[in-house]
Amino acid sequence: MEKIVTDICIIGAGPVGLFAVFEAGLLKMRCHLVDVLPQVGGQLSEIYPQKPIYDIPGFPVINAQELVDGLMEQIKPFNPTFSLGQRVDELEKLEDGSFIVKTFEDTEVHSKVVVIAGGLGCFEPRKPAIENLEQFEGKGVSYMVRNPELYRDKKLVLAGGGDSALDWTIFLADIASEVTLVHRGDSFRGAPDSAEKVVELAQQGRINLVLQSNITAISGNGRLKNVLVVDKNREQQTIAADYLIPLFGLTPKLGPIADWGLNIDKSAIEVNTIDYSTNIEGVFAIGDINTYPGKLKLILCGFHEAALMAQSAFKFVYPDLKLSFKYTTVYGVNTF
Amino acid sequence: MIIVTVEDQKGRIQQLEIPEDIDLNLMETLKTFQYPMRATCGGMGLCADCHCRVIQGDNLLPEQLDQEIMTLEAVPESDYDSRLSCQIKVGRAISGLSIKLLGPAE
Ligand SMILES: Cc1cc2nc3c(=O)[nH]c(=O)nc-3n(C[C@H](O)[C@H](O)[C@H](O)COP(=O)(O)OP(=O)(O)OC[C@H]3O[C@@H](n4cnc5c(N)ncnc54)[C@H](O)[C@@H]3O)c2cc1C
Ligand code: FES
Repeated sequence: MEKIVTDICIIGAGPVGLFAVFEAGLLKMRCHLVDVLPQVGGQLSEIYPQKPIYDIPGFPVINAQELVDGLMEQIKPFNPTFSLGQRVDELEKLEDGSFIVKTFEDTEVHSKVVVIAGGLGCFEPRKPAIENLEQFEGKGVSYMVRNPELYRDKKLVLAGGGDSALDWTIFLADIASEVTLVHRGDSFRGAPDSAEKVVELAQQGRINLVLQSNITAISGNGRLKNVLVVDKNREQQTIAADYLIPLFGLTPKLGPIADWGLNIDKSAIEVNTIDYSTNIEGVFAIGDINTYPGKLKLILCGFHEAALMAQSAFKFVYPDLKLSFKYTTVYGVNTF
Repeated sequence: MIIVTVEDQKGRIQQLEIPEDIDLNLMETLKTFQYPMRATCGGMGLCADCHCRVIQGDNLLPEQLDQEIMTLEAVPESDYDSRLSCQIKVGRAISGLSIKLLGPAE
């Protein structure tokens, strides 16, 4: 188990969580960020990295990924630390008013303040509608490739038609003893190079390509053994498999945040607009995850919320100090 | 009047009467009729939250562009009659369409 001690634990490393590090840093508060995604940037890096954004003040146009990179550079002086690829499952308040944030992967973050910048929730894999799929999770079914070595000399079935399905099919073709890619369409719209390579591998007999087909059932005795595939003409075939990896991208789900005793309205956390505090003292919610009369889900609004949150969070981190408001132009950005 | 029949996520069926001068796509139009649609990407055809199944009137709809096909390919429950409602411009041409909503209700 990894234990981390910090002033503020920020749940969610989207643009708003990242900018909160800057606002907190100006007030000499240290931050640790946790995100279930393997990279920072939230919706910007996961859904629209190459799209232009036109409503960031001072930037007539900026690409989403560029904005994320800029935020990372801006917060660097404050040395934030990160636990990426980890989902926060539990939030516990201790008697002294501090908090323990626990992740699914067994990391514990001890902090004086918790800032939830969870956006639309945890990005989770889209799961195909196969009846007993969840029963085989961890017993042959997984939704991402964490350790490719696990698949050495095994029989794999991958499902999906997007870039990650193509890329992993190519990569795992050299590792597994048998790779089958099942795809609903009759062609691939992903990166043309990868699509060509997959078709080539199939022609060479190094992978099995099953097009215009869906997986309708899986079976096994405790562990996955067989995958049933049905094509457009309702013809069935059974494929023997040690592992099934459905790769259908990620979609946000509110997830564990719903169980922490916070006031929730339509999948968002109710806050007081004075400082974006929640009903739990010491816990703030900023960005897309919060709701209040007039709320707009905009990056700009999340940035504003981060600034106000930091002023209030200061009282929890430094209860004995008085805070006086300062412009960055006067004293610059003092790092620590 | 443009007539579109909609079955929501809970199975309720309603016939919508949409004014002809509406300048919105179908996802936005459904929102104006108070359908809870999450529409994470705001209508860019990227998130599949507005995924629907065409029950009747496939021939009334424009061809899918690459972005729509690519996004739908990544949705496990999508099928040959799947569309993204944000990629359908509402106009007289689609009157008579009947769809079933499949995306998350907020
Ligand atoms: C296609 C598209 C276009 C957009 N265009 C614009 C635009 O032009 N201008 C604009 O202002 N806004 C735009 N938006 C909206 C903007 O992206 C959001 O307002 C912004 O991303 C919100 O930032 P956030 O940091 O609050 O949340 P997010 O970016 O959603 O990040 C939240 C992060 O929290 C993580 N998380 C949640 N729960 C947990 C948990 N329990 N454990 C671990 N991690 C967790 C998630 O994985 C996620 O990475 C657009 C959105 C989309 C999808
Ligand atoms: S609203 Fe996102 S794809 Fe239609």
